[in-house]
Amino acid sequence: MATATHLLTPEEANANPVAEAVVVRFAGDSGDGMQLTGGQFTLSTALAGNDLATFPDFPAEIRAPQGTTFGVSAFQINFGSTAIETAGDAPDVLVAMNPAALKVNVADLKPGGLIIADEGEFGVRNLAKAGYEANPLEDGSLAKWQLIKFNISQLTLDAVKPFGLGNKEALRCKNMWTLGLALWMFDRERAPIEQWLRTKFAKAPELAEANIAALNAGHAYGETAELGAQIPQQHIDPAPAEPGLYRTVNGAEAISMGLVAGAQLAGLKMFFGGYPITPASAILHHLSRLKEFGVTTFQAEDEIAAIGSAIGASYAGSLGVTSSSGPGIALKAEAMGLAIMTELPLVIVNSQRGGPSTGLPTKTEQSDLYQAVYGRNGDAPMPVIAARSPADAFDCAIEACRIAVQYMTPVMLLTDGYIANAAEPWKVPDMAGYAPFEVAFFEDAPTEGEGFNPYSRDDRLARPWIRPGTWGLTHRIGGIEKNKDTGHIEYAPANHQAMTDIRHQKVLGVADSIPEQDVTLGEAGGKLVVVGWGSTFGPIHQAVRRARARGLDVSHVHLRHIWPLPRNLGALLRGYERIIVPEMNNGQLKTVLRDQYLVDARPVNKVSGQPFKIAEIEAAIQEALQ
Amino acid sequence: MNEMTKLTAKDFATDQEVRWCPGCGDYAVLKAVQRTLPEIGVRPENTVFVSGIGCSSRFPYYMETYGFHTIHGRAPTFATGIKLANPDLSVWIITGDGDALSIGGNHTMHVLRRNLDTQILLFNNEIYGLTKGQYSPTSRVGTRSPSTPFGSVDRPASPCAFALGSGARFIARGIDVHKNLPDVLKAAHAHKGAAFVEIYQNCIVYNDDVFAPFTAKENAGNQLWLKAGEPMLFQGGTRGIALDRAALALKVVDVVDGDWQSAGVLVHDPRNRSVAHMLVEMPFGAFPTALGVIYEDPAPTFESAVVEQNAAAAKGKTPDLQALVSKGQSWEVTKEPHVI
Repeated sequence: MATATHLLTPEEANANPVAEAVVVRFAGDSGDGMQLTGGQFTLSTALAGNDLATFPDFPAEIRAPQGTTFGVSAFQINFGSTAIETAGDAPDVLVAMNPAALKVNVADLKPGGLIIADEGEFGVRNLAKAGYEANPLEDGSLAKWQLIKFNISQLTLDAVKPFGLGNKEALRCKNMWTLGLALWMFDRERAPIEQWLRTKFAKAPELAEANIAALNAGHAYGETAELGAQIPQQHIDPAPAEPGLYRTVNGAEAISMGLVAGAQLAGLKMFFGGYPITPASAILHHLSRLKEFGVTTFQAEDEIAAIGSAIGASYAGSLGVTSSSGPGIALKAEAMGLAIMTELPLVIVNSQRGGPSTGLPTKTEQSDLYQAVYGRNGDAPMPVIAARSPADAFDCAIEACRIAVQYMTPVMLLTDGYIANAAEPWKVPDMAGYAPFEVAFFEDAPTEGEGFNPYSRDDRLARPWIRPGTWGLTHRIGGIEKNKDTGHIEYAPANHQAMTDIRHQKVLGVADSIPEQDVTLGEAGGKLVVVGWGSTFGPIHQAVRRARARGLDVSHVHLRHIWPLPRNLGALLRGYERIIVPEMNNGQLKTVLRDQYLVDARPVNKVSGQPFKIAEIEAAIQEALQ
Repeated sequence: MNEMTKLTAKDFATDQEVRWCPGCGDYAVLKAVQRTLPEIGVRPENTVFVSGIGCSSRFPYYMETYGFHTIHGRAPTFATGIKLANPDLSVWIITGDGDALSIGGNHTMHVLRRNLDTQILLFNNEIYGLTKGQYSPTSRVGTRSPSTPFGSVDRPASPCAFALGSGARFIARGIDVHKNLPDVLKAAHAHKGAAFVEIYQNCIVYNDDVFAPFTAKENAGNQLWLKAGEPMLFQGGTRGIALDRAALALKVVDVVDGDWQSAGVLVHDPRNRSVAHMLVEMPFGAFPTALGVIYEDPAPTFESAVVEQNAAAAKGKTPDLQALVSKGQSWEVTKEPHVI
């Protein structure tokens, strides 16, 4: 999403806000390979030049009992010939691989939408597991939708028969058969998928060929069967996009690459300490394969060790990075305080998920804003920035690194489960266009008899970064308050006040190095502004665009910098009569805005583990303007 | 002082006033460390003392080296990051019984099993000093403290047994005020890998003389100082440690006229892990306290393995950011954007 947005003038966008866009949801059992199917369909869609956004939605259980509703895994993709910024409100097409998948997903389908069901899986047992008393494919209960049913299981078995696979292995090719059909429906090339299958199954060529046969059979079925009358083949034109090289990227990949780029721009080696947690682990996985960039990854024994090692590495002169999700971030809080107190650079990535506690591990939420801005003991200010999309996460990661090293401070980068897993086309950046922010370690030993102060300050109020191993600069740091002039332990009241003020001012000063807040869509002033942050960017942007197309006076302001806030934000917000703040939490940015600017920011909350729909924000806009 | 000057203990002392209680065992350990470092020839700038929280954890402030006073129980995690970021640094972890075995037990276990090249000095005084005297995970059953006015009921952990169980490759014991402590520290420093040293440290305020049954001058006979290749003798050579073969356990034997061989006294082999287990778990009273280097059997260190693997994985690859961001299946958009 978002890649082509800035090329469309509001008028262009308003002319045809959702032209030529289709939403497809693949749903099946956790073991049916729906995420793979979706991922490959995404790739073919990207290669066809459509703009797109995806929403993988899967259960926390690795292999939930087969055929049950809680084991349903789904992958939704919205693609089109115009700018796509959300994974789509309601699917146009639902592919249901079993009764449970149908049961869980069918209510979301647009009226008149198309259901493609594998009737081979709609036997008595599976129907019972899904809680159906009668077969919905037969009893007319799906009448408000179009229904196409055929025995995908049998068709797949027939297609892969020549390869002599066992029944279980043969049925595993079902997802490729389905993908083949989908590729036919939307006029897509099969070659890249075939290539991918041959690479994936390089060690088992017969599996590659079986899957390709299933893929081809699904495609041929669309071509030759009497489907044509029921589902006309659709061709979606490429979306308008700036010329250049594109690829798809998900948030975890983008953050990993952004962190590597950030460390390189700072001229530093990177140390990443992590502990496995959903949905943050993918960052650890990606970085562990990038050793040639001077990256050391360390899977620590727990979340505290992960951040402790990262702070230790920063102390020793690397760029320390750690990453987790809410519960893990909670465990790191004390160590964050130490990084604040010792003023060492550190990047903490929080891939937010549903909370509190274990909450909804695989679902998305943005309810850790309080935790990021306020969640430590003592007055412990820390810069916080938030990515709005997978592609945006790349630049946000670089920005987090920059702030960390220039201000000698931990920085929290907020992303969420949706951004981490979702994919979108990304215009490959020209790395020469990024200004380096090379770190200069302090190495000037004082002359005999002269002391030095590890807490001396530069213009940004940052203290010097001195690596152990530097001759003549031995010194001690730690969590106990230090004298501002000597760096020694100090309990004096006036000193603690002064150091607290310095830490506070230093972090507020980060605002001097960030752009003023712009209006993402609309005017600087008017009846209503919708203020958002993080992954709600897509639905808010589309909703505001649609509302403006209907002539409503509403603008969109999207924040990247959550703390400190941009200098002009208060004045900008006061230029609107009303302010609403849609968030996937119970109103956290709203609180910050009210606190900082005494403005009447009104919450629009959704805490269901699912992203906002465009229509929900549109309704909130409508209501706010009444 | 310049980079080439020969250093003395004074060069490793800071100008900060030491703030432990008068008579605290920590003073003796500090002196021993400050005396040992110049003798082993390390440079202050290449040395880092990392500590957690507790009385002992103030230690880095008194060492004229690099120092990092971190958070409770977590010193090993910071040390791990420091050592992985710069393996050339000599890293010492200063910790206590509460810090290392209660709140930080997890990290102690993992730093040992990974075998990070670091010296871990655990000051064991069997009490929480800094929080004013609560019983600790090494306190004996029945320890009366503000939090256990009727005596503690839980059984204590044995630091060296814990370390051995965690896979440590170097286990030693010392006594705060004992003249042998510098030798133990030197051996720990010479060992490549995680060197675990339990130091019996007297807390004069909250747990005074808890180790006196073997640390007091008149009880020195209850110290079993182990030396590689030498018989395990104590009580002035009149008693020794032998193996009860039937019970597969250690036993104390009398040694007459110095003839330890015929008494079956064991010769100390620091590589013998089984005997090490028995030595650290000898119940005091019936047995002496084993001191010195109890176990040493070096193995490759964690940081060397990481460095090696990083280098192997990076071999032949150039760190090309542009290539990185361009990776994967990509496509070229050539035409200008069209107007809808």
